[in-house]
Amino acid sequence: MTSLFLSIQDAVSQGVLWGVMALGVYITFRILDVADLTVDGSFATGGAVCAIMITNGVSPIISLLLAIVAGFVAGLITGVLITKFEIPAILAGILTQIGLYSINMRIMGERSNLPLLQNETLFKNISDFTGLSIAHSTLLIGAVFVALVILVLYWFFGTEIGSSIRATGNNEKMVSALGVNINTTKILGLMISNGLIALSGALVTQSQGYADVKMGTGAIVIGLASIVIGEVLFGRKQNFGIRLLSIVIGSAIYRIIIAIVLELGLNTDDLKLLTAVLVGVALVIPVLLNRQKQVRMYKKLTGKESENA
Amino acid sequence: MLKIKGVSKTFNAGTVNEKKALNQIDLELNEGDFVTVIGGNGAGKSTVLNMIAGVYPIDCGYIYLDQENISLYPEYERSKLIGRVFQDPMMGTAADMAIQENLAMANRRGFKRGLKWGIKPSEKEMFRERLKKLELGLEDRLTSKVGLLSGGQRQALTLLMATLQKPKLLLLDEHTAALDPKTAKKVLQITKEIVEEDQLTTLMVTHNMKDAIAYGNRLIMFHEGNIIFDIRGEDKKNLKVSDLLEMFENAVGEEMDNDTLLLSKD
Repeated sequence: MTSLFLSIQDAVSQGVLWGVMALGVYITFRILDVADLTVDGSFATGGAVCAIMITNGVSPIISLLLAIVAGFVAGLITGVLITKFEIPAILAGILTQIGLYSINMRIMGERSNLPLLQNETLFKNISDFTGLSIAHSTLLIGAVFVALVILVLYWFFGTEIGSSIRATGNNEKMVSALGVNINTTKILGLMISNGLIALSGALVTQSQGYADVKMGTGAIVIGLASIVIGEVLFGRKQNFGIRLLSIVIGSAIYRIIIAIVLELGLNTDDLKLLTAVLVGVALVIPVLLNRQKQVRMYKKLTGKESENA
Repeated sequence: MLKIKGVSKTFNAGTVNEKKALNQIDLELNEGDFVTVIGGNGAGKSTVLNMIAGVYPIDCGYIYLDQENISLYPEYERSKLIGRVFQDPMMGTAADMAIQENLAMANRRGFKRGLKWGIKPSEKEMFRERLKKLELGLEDRLTSKVGLLSGGQRQALTLLMATLQKPKLLLLDEHTAALDPKTAKKVLQITKEIVEEDQLTTLMVTHNMKDAIAYGNRLIMFHEGNIIFDIRGEDKKNLKVSDLLEMFENAVGEEMDNDTLLLSKD
């Protein structure tokens, strides 16, 4: 039982760190209405940049900032492919993602894995400084970053530029008619999204003590899982701040589900399948509920299902 | 004000679906002109609006707006000078955003957008006043999502948005065609009030001959990508539907019927 409790505690910390990535996915998937598959690549890019910086003696905080910049660049590339070169969004994202795989290896000095065992990380530092356990300081740092990110996003999407980005996802034609360049708003949205995803990758790298070129595999699906779990629990009509928070909570719940099924003896190889099923089910539930509602309404209004003609 | 010189547009050039939508169009609008545009399906009336707005590139010719050659400007650059209302009420507003958010974005048309907050408190008061004039009860629903509004309310709102920052040119593309007759009349009345109050140079496409005659100081008719007539001043004031039908016969050499010209006479 204690082991389950510990693994759930660990799951929540991980969920919060990965929640930053899910917030990034939310910006493209829900706000901009673009399916961006850069995620798997840019998450690892964030980790790779952060790890190589730390091993070269750069401070953990500066390394996080540089990871964000690398994420911006990844988003910029996908954005330019989508807007200026009119490549379909899904394909553009895949191109960047695949390209980033090689680039991430290069960033880490032609290695596929870069450990940080001998180096200081934000988590070790905070743990030393406050005397908290690594697990607790992970949760603390994760919470601080999530709070910061949500505050910044809440502010940004209320500004003139932020409003234009939201409107772009809503009605491109209207935004163009109001004198806004939708190429710019799309590129900006993709940059911010991938910046957050890279930040998350960098935080996870510092937390787990290594960067790996494959660490981003499946990240997009985990991001979607967090979003839809949040939506199933809190609905889609909440205020913007609550919606952002619900995504991070969704991310933590996703990790808890994973921790529980692993504790119950699930093979780790089956995790990806489980994730896919989880996202599929979460997406299907609202559709089925809606259809059921329709049928119930019909029966109620019509009285009975069939009538003799 | 607006000057169009030798503008042509062919869609699907070189294929079996080739369609010459505009054929060497020349058109000049004076400051404050309120021009109604009629013509059958595929006559080129909507195409000319889309060409001016920059939705599609033109094949050849020039478009000048206020002495500025805008022929090669992208759509969003032209939108800084032009206000637009579309036929589809869904097209002109962002459904998931509040009425005041839509208006605030429209109020920044032509200005640089930065990191200032999206709506200023002083704006809300102004929005309320402007909405009140529409007499649709929208002034008390500033924070409602636009998606909750009816088609007529959305068109009236789009009209207000298009004119909140005075445009050099207002383009109305059959903006009442998707509304029921009563609502259409109301929206047309609002259109007239706004256009007259701000002395806006306006191009209004309609498929209703009576409206085309009743509104504006000038009327042009498109047929197969050409402007077949252009009536203004006193002639326009005295125009009747029967005159239009007769002029069409004389110009085209065939009788106007519902196939050549999808116009309603009432």
